[in-house]
Amino acid sequence: MLQTQTSSLSYAHQTVEETPSKVSARGVNVFYGAKQALFDVDLDVPVNHVTALIGPSGCGKSTFLRCINRMNDVVEICRVEGDIRLDEGDIYDLDVVELRARVGMVFQKPNPFPKTIFDNVAYGPRIHGLASNRDEVEEIVFTSLEKAGLLKEVRDRLSEPGTSLSGGQQQRLCIARAIAVNPEVILMDEPCSALDPIATARIEELIDELRQIYTIVIVTHSMQQAARVSQRTAFLHLGELVEVGNTEDIFTNPRDERTQGYITGRFG
Amino acid sequence: MPESKHIVRAYDEELQTLNELIGRMGGLAEVQIDNAIRAVFEHDTVLAKEVARSDSQVDEMEAEINALALKLLALRQPMAIDLRYILSALRIASDLERIADHAENMCRRGAALEVEPKASAVAGIKRLGKLVLAMLKDVLDASLAGDVDKAVEVWLRDEEVDELYGSLFREYLTYMMENPRNIGSYTTLLFVAKNVERIGDHVTNIAETIYFRVKAKPLKDSLPNRDETTGESD
Ligand SMILES: Nc1ncnc2c1ncn2[C@@H]1O[C@H](COP(=O)(O)OP(=O)(O)OP(=O)(O)O)[C@@H](O)[C@H]1O
Ligand SMILES: [Mg+2]
Repeated sequence: MLQTQTSSLSYAHQTVEETPSKVSARGVNVFYGAKQALFDVDLDVPVNHVTALIGPSGCGKSTFLRCINRMNDVVEICRVEGDIRLDEGDIYDLDVVELRARVGMVFQKPNPFPKTIFDNVAYGPRIHGLASNRDEVEEIVFTSLEKAGLLKEVRDRLSEPGTSLSGGQQQRLCIARAIAVNPEVILMDEPCSALDPIATARIEELIDELRQIYTIVIVTHSMQQAARVSQRTAFLHLGELVEVGNTEDIFTNPRDERTQGYITGRFG
Repeated sequence: MPESKHIVRAYDEELQTLNELIGRMGGLAEVQIDNAIRAVFEHDTVLAKEVARSDSQVDEMEAEINALALKLLALRQPMAIDLRYILSALRIASDLERIADHAENMCRRGAALEVEPKASAVAGIKRLGKLVLAMLKDVLDASLAGDVDKAVEVWLRDEEVDELYGSLFREYLTYMMENPRNIGSYTTLLFVAKNVERIGDHVTNIAETIYFRVKAKPLKDSLPNRDETTGESD
């Protein structure tokens, strides 16, 4: 069930138009109590591509991201309407634990568990029963750290606490932790906002490698970052999906005035 | 320039400066063409020297525009319309620099004029010069105002330049065949006319750049009818 797609099956080199959707949302409305945060959002997320969500603060980017792995379910006052599918299947038909294993998340602030580097990565596979013995756990930890581009730096300090790493390393540790449970989709909410340009470049490079295997949705406030890492960009404004298109088109010739205003810094 | 303003005011000011520099450089190029034509046909060597001297001023303006554009690209990381605006400024500056070079070339060629050419031959070249100068003026106005229609209109006028150049070419060839002693002078005139015609080409480049800047697509893709108007087909 939790099979990793092999790269030979990857759609990473296909154009967005030729790529099937991994996640597709239709008519998504989200309410926090009486306040509506998303209005009738339709969005397709192509498999093995990076989709960037951009828009001014409070426009609903994080809200939308949290719909995909049903993180909003835990928010008492939050109500989600509409149809969200993962590989054609309604996410509300899935067991939420299974959904969260298939749809991993990386947050703005690196948030390693107060555990060793090793255990941070081993935690998910253990609770999801992905490994039956110590050797298998080790194997998963090592490959995940390797994929996250962190193995070289931490190989000799796996029993040190995760929090002893630098910010950029912690973020890559969180990515390794997300990868360890073999997800299909990785959601990233401003993953680089606490990082310096070098650490940011490393994560961006990593994102590009990861999309060969996974499907990535990233929220970012940096237009340059969205332009650099994504193939598809969606612009949200006041809870509405204003425009979605190939990243190149959005940043060179957006169709909507509001998109143009936002990406060129002309918002009032 | 785009209608609404940036949140960062200094950004708007820098774009405005870029706009003004293009305007000033364009004005300089106009004067260069005008002076070059007069220098050639009034045998005014002082004016010819003036044209040569001013050419370095044009080069300096181009360098100034390049430096400002580079700074804007690096510091403002422009997107969409702003990015096209800055790229356009670079392209227009480069075309204006080439235009000024052609003006200077005209003066150098013109100095070699030995035999006084026929009045009609001179009138033809002056007409060509006027045509191109008017196109340059209009295209600079279009640039300042971001006026696509005007840019297209200028672009279409280049056909007239090409036709006039073609007929001058045939006229000069006739004079050369009539009397081999004319060959030197009319070859010189032909070079001068060629310079003017090339200026017209750079003006159409600028028109295309303005179109691209505003519409984000090439002008040529949007004018499927030019072949019909010229009666040619491909
Ligand atoms: N837990 C919550 N309770 C009540 N309202 C919320 C909650 N979370 C978000 N909202 C509201 O929903 C709207 C969208 O918020 P969201 O966090 O999705 O925006 P965002 O685009 O991610 O903004 P930012 O760029 O600042 O992170 C905002 O008006 C916000 O105040
Ligand atoms: Mg957010």
